[in-house]
Amino acid sequence: MADEIILLDFWPSMFGMRVRLALAEKGLKYEYREEDLWNKSPLLLEMNPVHKKIPVLIHNGKPICESLIIVQYIDEVWCDKSPLLPSDPYQRAQARFWADYIDKKSALSFWKESLEKPYFGGEKIGFVDVALVTFSCWFYAYETFGNFSIEAECPKLIAWTKRCMERRACRLLWKIHTRSMALSWG
Amino acid sequence: MASSDHMVLLDFLGSPFGMRVRLALAAKGIEYQIEEEDLTQSKSSLLLKVNPVHKKIPVLIHNGKPICESLIIVEYIDEVWKDRCPLLPADPYQRAKAKFWADFIDKMVYPPSDKVWAANGEEQEAGKKEFIDRIKLLEGELKSNPYFGGETLDFLDIAFLPLYYWFHTFETFGKFSIEAECMEEEFVYASLPHPHKVYDLAIEYKKKLGI
Repeated sequence: MADEIILLDFWPSMFGMRVRLALAEKGLKYEYREEDLWNKSPLLLEMNPVHKKIPVLIHNGKPICESLIIVQYIDEVWCDKSPLLPSDPYQRAQARFWADYIDKKSALSFWKESLEKPYFGGEKIGFVDVALVTFSCWFYAYETFGNFSIEAECPKLIAWTKRCMERRACRLLWKIHTRSMALSWG
Repeated sequence: MASSDHMVLLDFLGSPFGMRVRLALAAKGIEYQIEEEDLTQSKSSLLLKVNPVHKKIPVLIHNGKPICESLIIVEYIDEVWKDRCPLLPADPYQRAKAKFWADFIDKMVYPPSDKVWAANGEEQEAGKKEFIDRIKLLEGELKSNPYFGGETLDFLDIAFLPLYYWFHTFETFGKFSIEAECMEEEFVYASLPHPHKVYDLAIEYKKKLGI
């Protein structure tokens, strides 16, 4: 039976973008449903009655909530391609730790961390990259509002962002995001 | 566990987060050494070395490698010692649900619970209401099962249980009553301090911190 995947989301949400990125990395087809966060749909309220927030992944009718939990779920179910989490338990714990740090502290404070390899996942994009890269869509907004240059503060991280953008999944996400931004802000 | 495994747990008596790790280690029958931290004093050089980012307990040091954040540690223990007493379900959807509710406990239950024992007046009252509303939601997840894990204790039971050991403290400071089901597994009692001890500790903690 073909999988039915629906994503309840809101286009500028960095958390929703994580899920879109993970789905794209795994080459999964899904139905995207835009939510109006000021007028939440009955489906969203039914699927996430606890937090009433996006993103929500609905897989064959069953809802999964919280972006990092959804990404891990996707990685476990479609474990045959593009693994996002490492197979070694200690490396997995490290990846989970940094993704948790990004959520608890802020993405911007994480930018200060040094990066030795091409990606946080090593030679390939991984869980921490997925957790973090979607914030890069907000760089222009941060720089404009904050009146500073991110590249001047964290050149290694900008280089990493550009590397991520070389990946087709990230490019598609970026294209959709910037197009939506242009439409919204005119 | 291989005879060469060396496990050290940096912890603080009464920390519900540390208790989660002790429960997981006990459930798996893993021997370990405790290094007690006193959080009312300055942090040890060991703690600052193994958790330079958050400088917090618990930290599990497995063969010299540190793992931080209680739920991440519990998941790590479950993955390494996967041959016995599984804590997380095998099914990915059930795993996601367990993680969701554990995350709910951390984000939505612990913060108001701090106000119940540490705050006063209106702030304490607001904390009490939020705390009760949220544990009621969690109670709904229990349904008619003895444990969140069904017939056996699992990840979510471990995530929540240490908070139960603070209920006596919450009830005394907050002057209210919470009805709770007690878990009867032997290893639970062996791993956790008596609720009255936790209460005494809370009094001492408040005095030392001047709250």
